[in-house]
Amino acid sequence: MKETYEFELPKSVAHQGLKLLALGECCLHFLAVMASAAEVQFNRDIRPLLSDRCFRCHGPDEHERKAKLRLDQADGPEGAYRNHKGSIALKPGSTELSSLWQRITSDDPDEIMPPPEAKKPPLTAAEKALVKRWIEEGANYEDFWAFVPPRHPALPTVSNPDWSEKPIDLFVFRRLDAEGLKPKPRADRRTLIRRATLDLTGLPPTREEIHEFLEDTSPNAYEHLIDRLLDKSQYGEHMTKYWLDLVRFADTNGIHHDHYRDLTPYRDWVIRAFNRNLGYDEFVKYQLAGDLYDEPSRDQLIASGFNRLHLIIDVGTALPEESHTRNVIDRVTAVGTAFMGLTVQCAVCHDHKFDPVTAKDFYQLYAFFNNLDAQPETGGRSGTDFLRGLQAPYINLTSPAQETKLKVLSAAVKSGNAEVKTLKQRLSEAKGAGEKETLRKQLASAEKNLKAARDKRDALVMTIPAAMTMKEREDIRPAHILIRGAYDNPGARVERDTPAFLPPMQSSSETKTRMDLARWFVAPENPLTARVAVNRFWQQFFGVGLVKTSEDFGSQGEWPSHPDLLDHLAVSFVESGWDIKALVRQIVLSETYQQRSETAPEEFRRDPENRLLSRGSRFRMDSELIRDQVLATSGLLNKAMFGKSVKPPQPEGLWRSVAMPSSYPKEFKPDSGDQIYRRSLYTFWKRGMAPPQMTILNAPTREACIARRERTNTPLQALLLMNEQEYVKAARHLAHRTISQHLDSSPSERLTAIYETITSHVPDEKEHAILLQAYRDFVSLYDADRELAELLCRGQKPPERHSTADLAAWTMLASAIYNLDITKTRQ
Amino acid sequence: MYDIAEEPHMHQARRQFLKTSGMGLGVTALASLLPQNALARLDSTGGARAKRVIFLFMAGAPSQVDLFDYKPDLDKQFRKPLPKSVSQGQRVTAMTRGREQLVAPSMFKFHRQGKNGIWMSELLPHLSKVADDLCIIKSMHTNAINHDPGKTFICTGAEIPGKASMGAWLSYGLGSMNRDLPDFIVLNSAYWTGGTRNVQALYSRLWGSGPLPSKHQGVAFQTSGDPVLFLSNPEGIDTGIRRRMLDLVGAVNQKHFDEIGDHEIQTTIAQQEMAFRMQASVPELTDVSNEPEGIRRLYGPEVEKKGSFARNCLLARRMVERGVRFIQIFHRGWDHHTILPKQLPGQCFDIDQPSAALLKDLKQRGLLDDTIVVFAGEFGRTVFCQGRLERDDYGRDHHPRCFSAWMAGGGIKGGLSYGETDDFSYNIARDPVAVRDLHVTMLHQLGIDHHKLSFPFQGLDQRLTGVEESHVIHPIIS
Repeated sequence: MKETYEFELPKSVAHQGLKLLALGECCLHFLAVMASAAEVQFNRDIRPLLSDRCFRCHGPDEHERKAKLRLDQADGPEGAYRNHKGSIALKPGSTELSSLWQRITSDDPDEIMPPPEAKKPPLTAAEKALVKRWIEEGANYEDFWAFVPPRHPALPTVSNPDWSEKPIDLFVFRRLDAEGLKPKPRADRRTLIRRATLDLTGLPPTREEIHEFLEDTSPNAYEHLIDRLLDKSQYGEHMTKYWLDLVRFADTNGIHHDHYRDLTPYRDWVIRAFNRNLGYDEFVKYQLAGDLYDEPSRDQLIASGFNRLHLIIDVGTALPEESHTRNVIDRVTAVGTAFMGLTVQCAVCHDHKFDPVTAKDFYQLYAFFNNLDAQPETGGRSGTDFLRGLQAPYINLTSPAQETKLKVLSAAVKSGNAEVKTLKQRLSEAKGAGEKETLRKQLASAEKNLKAARDKRDALVMTIPAAMTMKEREDIRPAHILIRGAYDNPGARVERDTPAFLPPMQSSSETKTRMDLARWFVAPENPLTARVAVNRFWQQFFGVGLVKTSEDFGSQGEWPSHPDLLDHLAVSFVESGWDIKALVRQIVLSETYQQRSETAPEEFRRDPENRLLSRGSRFRMDSELIRDQVLATSGLLNKAMFGKSVKPPQPEGLWRSVAMPSSYPKEFKPDSGDQIYRRSLYTFWKRGMAPPQMTILNAPTREACIARRERTNTPLQALLLMNEQEYVKAARHLAHRTISQHLDSSPSERLTAIYETITSHVPDEKEHAILLQAYRDFVSLYDADRELAELLCRGQKPPERHSTADLAAWTMLASAIYNLDITKTRQ
Repeated sequence: MYDIAEEPHMHQARRQFLKTSGMGLGVTALASLLPQNALARLDSTGGARAKRVIFLFMAGAPSQVDLFDYKPDLDKQFRKPLPKSVSQGQRVTAMTRGREQLVAPSMFKFHRQGKNGIWMSELLPHLSKVADDLCIIKSMHTNAINHDPGKTFICTGAEIPGKASMGAWLSYGLGSMNRDLPDFIVLNSAYWTGGTRNVQALYSRLWGSGPLPSKHQGVAFQTSGDPVLFLSNPEGIDTGIRRRMLDLVGAVNQKHFDEIGDHEIQTTIAQQEMAFRMQASVPELTDVSNEPEGIRRLYGPEVEKKGSFARNCLLARRMVERGVRFIQIFHRGWDHHTILPKQLPGQCFDIDQPSAALLKDLKQRGLLDDTIVVFAGEFGRTVFCQGRLERDDYGRDHHPRCFSAWMAGGGIKGGLSYGETDDFSYNIARDPVAVRDLHVTMLHQLGIDHHKLSFPFQGLDQRLTGVEESHVIHPIIS
């Protein structure tokens, strides 16, 4: 969503309304055109029409329903086929006997549907033709599209076979054909390598990589580039960035004290999984039920930590039963958003208003997840578990060396304990004062040794990473429907099961397990899992999904812009063995993806989000990419992977302004050295106050599962990019480096180097002239105020034969280029 | 430069409309969206009594028993168990569950104040003097029993994190009254005279935009450093250099717009210019050095401390003058589970004089008439004691069944006490006011029909007031 920070109010609402109506007409017309060739499909062609014009009075809401007629269903006493006092709304095969047809084609203002007072436009000729054909072909209803398993749609043909033979393109270009549009030519090579490198690794290409690609004249140069990018370890990091929003990954509890919680091994596993190209089916199973494999591997156990990512309160104020319920609801909500693409949480308190998810369905799912063998609240405020941000159950991820050392130190504690115990025993039995005194001394010394041994062991333990895992209790905790979602108001008992409106699940055991559930998710007949997944991957590459509401595939979610393409991708994804890299490769090798993004302003106005895919998508990069790009292009980036989260500097006092006196941690202490230049996905995420460099640019707080980020354009973002001190430092670093590398070059060459490093393009003549003039102005401004130049350079000496004013001027030039729209935008 | 198609509501309307017509879902579309734009115009049609809100949020939950809800007969109940007929087995927190519930009367004196003689605690001498402007609501109630959901509920209308906050809704529904400052500003107080042990956590979601476009979220002013994050130019960049840099950026951006065609580039240019203007307007706003001595005295000695509640009240008045729509001041530290008598006076010292001064100051400038001031915590406190119980030493646990709040200005009746609790300040005896009733009344005074203030998300029309019934509290409107 592109939003502006505009402060004025619209001047002519009515005028705009008219424009919108015209636009809407256009779309409907298009749908009609598209359907004319093939057989009429209820879901694609008819349901949207009925929903828009009829459902308000003849739909699911019985309070609003008129004339005891609902058109969202064929059957039933009020369904479309019913005979009500001799009037049949829909008679399959006969327009003559279908009152619906009579009413929508009537000339009589008292008869016509929709009626004038509904303020809905009458059906157009094309729409009427569709309805007519549908009735004649049998007025067949279909189940809601997203709940029907996808099938391979036939590959369409397009008006110009030279455009492409790739399936993705055929689906996209058929729609362009219908719109009377043509695909755009391929983007230039600099744009292509920048786009692909950002999309696949989250980092911009280096100048060397750009030149290598430009010089590769082989016909497969682009394909080879893509393969190189997919092989990079930054690919896994970048894919993980999106996943972390979806599962609300963070480094604190998120409630009350908002204490530290270490989930980083889970994050690292996700990175490894993407890089090793673990099949999406396994990826899902590991996370939902990794603990339930026979002899689960370390990775499977770590992945099961998915179930531990929810918000959790610390012990002491809330009621544990209530906390337990909240945790489980949060866990199930995450499963709903991440794997089902449904807002199942709507059914916590009541049956879903729009989707067929009942409260019973919700609590049947709940029953799979309410059996974690753990406390519902995090423990006290001391001990190594607390300091390590852990809560049982967890596994220590010891290295063999740590294992050995730990054994030795633990043995020392054990023998120390035994010694203290023995001495205490002897002391209690001792008679003589002298003996007592000796024993007391011995005990004191033994206790001192024990404490030392413990400290030593604990010090080692503190360095051992550990992963919280999922674990079933011995007995299965019963589950009930909670009336209005209240933890203390249980209703009927429910058993583990999947929602009734989806295909039934298989189970080999008497009690269904989470593993059964995980298998059900990735069974080929599950209509949601593959569609939801491919749609989210698609969204990464085009800024918006084929289903725009990537978090909601229910009936209130948005209709897919290209339903056949979505199904094609979903089915081939499953057939490929859920091969993510193959899917990504297929997307970025399509002509659709490679189109240029420049076009006439009118086209941007008509289709601001590029839903028609008539051009390359253009959208502002996410906060992580913007920061990582600054680090990478300035030469500061530390590419180290994995490990504990790090704290790059942020403005003073942010945590203090929200923390409690005993929050752990309470004060923000920035890391030092090159730890502060790690990629942004390793940045410490406090849910109560997430890093401003991220949230100002629309990163979510990670308190809830988010499948797509919003994109706004605000003055606070402009301030961040202009003034954030690390960004200014990076500009200075790049300036210094560029001057040093081009000591004897002209300002022109330096300017080009900086511009190309940041934007992947070389400035054309006009840009060059504007930039060069600005550079000269900066030099004279700083020459006139040497003190100001010194302040900007912060004591950094300029390279030899260059003045401080010169370094300052290049710094400002680099900073200006970092602030260009094209720099923060992927296009 | 200004282009109606770029206006946010229009993006929204267009998106919604495309969804409706092209893809067949949703029915509200234009019908529900266009009135929102019209909402902002109710001012001229006489529908709105107020234009803006200052919400003084007492995070941690102040004791209504010791501040507003006078119960003289409680004195005789000292250390007696709270009758079961009163507590009705209500749930309590894990801290007092299973303990005896012994009555702790307030040790503080109450006096009748103002023309109508409404009862006020001796801890609030300054507010007592403006009693004729206050409407004290003694019958507030809420659902949550713990701070986090309680605060989230009163700030966003829901206990579950992630909904839009009050100020975000107003920004969304009413639009802006100025071009140099945000619509919704949050001020956190950094000093607690009552001590820090009761200071509860805050979360940025309390002023978040939830599903609304994030430009509507509250901008939290910082008590140290830049009031707005990243506002100041770094050392070594003065206004002249910044201007030159933005001219350069603007020129190149404009060239790229000519080539690429995406209006978003023009938006970037506009926002960079807005940022530049804010670099002047925000320091002008937060610089109180030219406030006259008399005004400083009005707000009290704490006003000299940056980040104090008093300073924030003064800033709120300056924001009101500059057209900020919603200002929320957080003051923490009211969570008096134990040694309440020792700590409550300090908390009251922090807020009493400044909030009274704010009312006077707004009034003398003619701004109180169209500014609603609200004072509330997230719930109340129990009449029974938590921890040690003496006449002059006691504590109180969380109590959602009743609490007190006050409103002033913006067409709200002054000198009024509304609603009553039972003899134990435990249950509501008359005229209950739910949190969403407070919200609805606020919206009503701003000329907004809360049914119409909605935003489609997750398949629902989201509202500040949720799906449950809510009522404007007509008797408190003048």
